[in-house]
Amino acid sequence: MNPPIIELRGIAKRFGPSYDAAARLTRGLAERFGKPPKNETVRAVDGVALTVAKGEVVGLVGESGCGKSTIGRMVAGIMPPTEGQVLFKGQDVTTLTPEASRDARLKVQMIFQDPYASLNPRMRVADIVGEAPLVHGLIRKDEFDSYLDMQLQRAGLDPTFKRRYPHQFSGGQRQRIGIARALAVQPEFLVCDEAVAALDVSIQAQILNLFMDLRRDLDLTYLFISHDLGVVEHLSDRVMIMYLGRIVESARSEEIFAHPNHPYTQALLAEVPRIDTRKRRFTAIKGEIPSPIDPPAGCHFHPRCPHAMPRCSVETPALREIAPGHNSACHLNDQG
Amino acid sequence: MSATLEVRNLRTHFFTRAGVVKAVDDVSFSVGRGEVLGLVGESGSGKSVTGFSIIGLIDPPGRLAGGQILYKGQDLATLTERDMRHLRGNRIAMIFQDPMMTLNPVLRIDTQMIETVQAHAQVSKAEARARSRDALGMVGIPSPEERLNAYPHQFSGGMRQRVAIAIALLHNPDLLIADEPTTALDVTIQAQILAEVQKLATDHGTALIWITHDLSVIAGLADRIAVMYAGRVVETGGASDVLDHPRHPYTHGLIGSVPSRNKRGEKLRQIPGTTPSLLSLPPGCAFRTRCTHATDACVQEPPVSDIAPGHTARCFHPVSA
Repeated sequence: MNPPIIELRGIAKRFGPSYDAAARLTRGLAERFGKPPKNETVRAVDGVALTVAKGEVVGLVGESGCGKSTIGRMVAGIMPPTEGQVLFKGQDVTTLTPEASRDARLKVQMIFQDPYASLNPRMRVADIVGEAPLVHGLIRKDEFDSYLDMQLQRAGLDPTFKRRYPHQFSGGQRQRIGIARALAVQPEFLVCDEAVAALDVSIQAQILNLFMDLRRDLDLTYLFISHDLGVVEHLSDRVMIMYLGRIVESARSEEIFAHPNHPYTQALLAEVPRIDTRKRRFTAIKGEIPSPIDPPAGCHFHPRCPHAMPRCSVETPALREIAPGHNSACHLNDQG
Repeated sequence: MSATLEVRNLRTHFFTRAGVVKAVDDVSFSVGRGEVLGLVGESGSGKSVTGFSIIGLIDPPGRLAGGQILYKGQDLATLTERDMRHLRGNRIAMIFQDPMMTLNPVLRIDTQMIETVQAHAQVSKAEARARSRDALGMVGIPSPEERLNAYPHQFSGGMRQRVAIAIALLHNPDLLIADEPTTALDVTIQAQILAEVQKLATDHGTALIWITHDLSVIAGLADRIAVMYAGRVVETGGASDVLDHPRHPYTHGLIGSVPSRNKRGEKLRQIPGTTPSLLSLPPGCAFRTRCTHATDACVQEPPVSDIAPGHTARCFHPVSA
């Protein structure tokens, strides 16, 4: 296997409210009079380890609120982790010199879900795509135009459009602008956060094909975050399934779709609508996704799990290897 | 058996300053008792406007520019607003994509539900409340009695959509129009909602029009499918006929571009180009500029032709099955 390009070790991210003076005072008073302060911290990501090797496509799957976007943001360096380390090519990004840290961050770029919200409506395409490479000294001023044309063409856009504003483009074209912007600083690693979720099926296919072409041409590595298992299955080498801030299962793509181990993965795969099924009976995982402010103790999935045992509500199952390269966090695997 | 709803040559046009937008242009289909019709299309294909037209919620500058909407033989397009209000929310109901937009955020659920019950039935408030509670229970909301006193923001997205469905079901409608009701929901929650709706169609004989862009959802739910492109129905037929043997090149391309229909890691088959603007549609077949089968004949409007019993396509050069 190639050396890891990104490695997360014991990453956790918590979001808590910030208290102003008055709120601190009332909380302090309440505590003095014997009322413990209310826990309002969201554990968005809770002890996640993840390695992405050079050239690999890793799919990160989960439902809303499971923390998959937060992981993406921490990998891209947009958000610092509360706990744990982010390693870029084996080095902790927090220990790098300012210059090295800047270079490392340029090498990891992100493509966002909403092609309407992620482009500045008051900037022309030329500036959206060309500003960063110019500022970071990747190109000289006299190279700007030819470099820009090349970047736009690579993302499948007509370079004559470069004087236009984002509102003059369709959703699919905007997503191409976002891709051109990310690639203009010559990254090695792309974090795609639901990058095709907002697009129509026929446009989605065009963008997915573009991702695959770029991977081959530029030797890119992807962390592909999505709730759409069909898309992830098509694109990914390895898949990780998240539930409420934790990774519950990870394996090679073929393996996880053929032999899902964790009850959540099994339920998720069973519920995915497939175009090849006809007039099926829909059955459902019981219950709702719990709030990450107050997740269930032990295994987060136990209140909805058909196989839950007493142990599951007490003890958090560890992510263990159950077959070569296949990890799952479930107590069922401990039984004979 | 006559159909619950039969739409004939429906045209809904929007008369904007930039020109006439033919959002729905000559659309025909029918839905029978207990039948699920999947109305499939990409954004801007006119599928939602078709739904709004049936229930009479088209606002100016849009209006019905032709055609008939026959509900049990009665043309809804000619009804007065007063008569339409007796049907809407009573015999014909609709579920929208975003439940936060359909529920009033400052009123408790019981207020909103009791109002709906009393709008169409002469019953006491206590009776209306009891009916509301039963409706909530039916769509799988735990402890419905207490939840009646809650406000919409106290529900999760999936629960909110269930409340919206419960309201739509209060009068056991004969026809239910669902406009992408699960698009904003997670997979596991979507499956729960689909299970409820499916039960409804079989138990109560409700005719269901399920509007969506997601072919995979429709594959498991629909009896029949109508595919829309640029305001027209380009193909109709039984779910298996359309999905397994698509005849219109657009349907063919759309199904081909679904990732699970392609070999893993290989390039997806894609439809070239983008959906044309409804303001500047090419004459003739609207798909011909993106179509690999297009010939000079396609400059003329292709007629709807029967390809097999119950399977039609609007194309001069249907893909061979």
